[in-house]
Amino acid sequence: MSKTVLMKGNEALAESAIRAGCTHYFGYPITPQNEIPAYMAKEMPGRGGCFLQAESEVAAINMVFGASGSGARTMTSTSSPGMSLKQEGLSYLAGAELPCVVVNMMRGGPGLGGIAGSQADYFQATRGGGNGDYRSIVLAPGNVQELADLTVDAFELADKYRMVVTILGDGYLGQMSEPVILPEPEKKASVKPWAVSGAKGREPNKVMSLRLSPEDYLEKHNIHLQELYRKVESCETRAEQYMTDDAQYIIVSYGTSSRIARKAVKKLREEGVKVGLFRPITLWPYPMKELHELSKKVKKVLTVEMSAGQMLEDVNIAVNGAAEVDFLGKMGGAVPESGEIMKIIKSYG
Amino acid sequence: MMDENLIYTKPDSLREKKTHYCPGCGHGIVHKLIGEVMDELDIREKTIVIAPVGCSVLIYDYLNCDGIEAAHGRAPAVATGVKRVHPESIVISYQGDGDLLAIGTGETIHAANRGENITVIFINNAIYGMTGGQMAPTTMPDQITKTTPYGRDVDNTGYPIRACEMINTLVAPVYIERTSIHDVKNIRKTKKAIKKALTNQKEGKGYSFVEVLSTCPTNWGVNPVTAAKWVETAMVPYYPLGVFREEKEKV
Repeated sequence: MSKTVLMKGNEALAESAIRAGCTHYFGYPITPQNEIPAYMAKEMPGRGGCFLQAESEVAAINMVFGASGSGARTMTSTSSPGMSLKQEGLSYLAGAELPCVVVNMMRGGPGLGGIAGSQADYFQATRGGGNGDYRSIVLAPGNVQELADLTVDAFELADKYRMVVTILGDGYLGQMSEPVILPEPEKKASVKPWAVSGAKGREPNKVMSLRLSPEDYLEKHNIHLQELYRKVESCETRAEQYMTDDAQYIIVSYGTSSRIARKAVKKLREEGVKVGLFRPITLWPYPMKELHELSKKVKKVLTVEMSAGQMLEDVNIAVNGAAEVDFLGKMGGAVPESGEIMKIIKSYG
Repeated sequence: MMDENLIYTKPDSLREKKTHYCPGCGHGIVHKLIGEVMDELDIREKTIVIAPVGCSVLIYDYLNCDGIEAAHGRAPAVATGVKRVHPESIVISYQGDGDLLAIGTGETIHAANRGENITVIFINNAIYGMTGGQMAPTTMPDQITKTTPYGRDVDNTGYPIRACEMINTLVAPVYIERTSIHDVKNIRKTKKAIKKALTNQKEGKGYSFVEVLSTCPTNWGVNPVTAAKWVETAMVPYYPLGVFREEKEKV
């Protein structure tokens, strides 16, 4: 029986990754996620894994590319400016269909920005900052327990679809300590016949993203990728609904900001206001249908996020005119307050 | 009917593949040398070649072994990831001058500095081939390229970088040599260097670096014979041939 332990988000993530079978970690220091490489550096050597501090974010993601292409469960972690540097590698991973887990504990930007938590990399995570038509699965944990659990899911999803899975947290989530029951995933051998390992007794394997004949090859590959992405959209979309059954108003929020939104919902319910929370857990694929169906039953939708309004675009696409969409955003490391959210919801009545 | 006496065969480590390289290009020669050495060391089934971005991106179509293609300049990082997963494999990072010394300088230096047990084969032909003949970090002073149409002005663009000498400042590498393929004698020396480098890796000794001065007649705008002569007369004096390091530096 697993017992509850008190752990920092970043450390719970690192431990869960090792338990999920991650054997190769490559990273570069950046605040506010430094507990992840520190934990890996301490734990990996004694548990049969490999920790390597890369010379740059670019090198780290390309080491991940090599390890993934060699069949290992591998990951890297970073924070916003570092994620920008990894975009080239992410595009190549997508092109070569290599699975891996990438963690972005977001901080405020643009540029060097600040070190406090933020949600301003939503566009980068869900739209892709690298070149080409590709997608990454994006998971958005809301507390330390979910961060631990989704880390295991991230490795499973990455291998299942041969895709990059991004865990999109933020500085607050990475730094906060909460009780957590660490996952004990089943140890499954992951067979990867496409990986490079030395062509012993078989035809050589090629791991690459170059497809030079556009009319019959690169286009075909892209069609294949899009079919894969449609499958992920239909099978892996996740969201939590909290007190939405009879709701007249809903708040849409994810990650750290959803914690505050949940508090506001609880307090408003105590006052008799019929409000609920819709919390996307996968940001790509976004729970479009679920949010659309829900929005048809409510008077107003309030989007709350720690950005100038990035997820807001997906909310608008999902709601598609079925209800009025309002927005509360905080930037540069600022967080919304529950009182502020309550005031806005009350103003609707 | 006369008996046929087969005196030359293609190594098993090379595939049946019509070359895409230009006449007089050095890549084909070096690919063949690698293939021969892979046969001689019996390492074909455990070799993983890292393809760079450049004319030799399709090296995995020629070598009969596993291949993985890196982003431009990232081959040593990809090689690091591969080797850390498969320490018993033989990992070859095959790179051109733009890849290794311009966009990938950081990866080059740090893989060497970590003493990764890999073999880097560096083809220095003083120009960017695949993109049509632009200035490389190893382009010679006054050399005309698409981006130095009046000749490389060293006051404006700096001097050609000597990779072996630079890597030789690091402690970890076990073997550093510069060779050339401008004539048969030097082609043989190049094969010997590649064999030494791959033997080092097989024996777990550490990082080996072989720089090969090579030709690009197409982008130099000369015929293959003139190209080989230019390597000898223009490149060799600036890039001295020979062994720079034969064992790890003692500190």
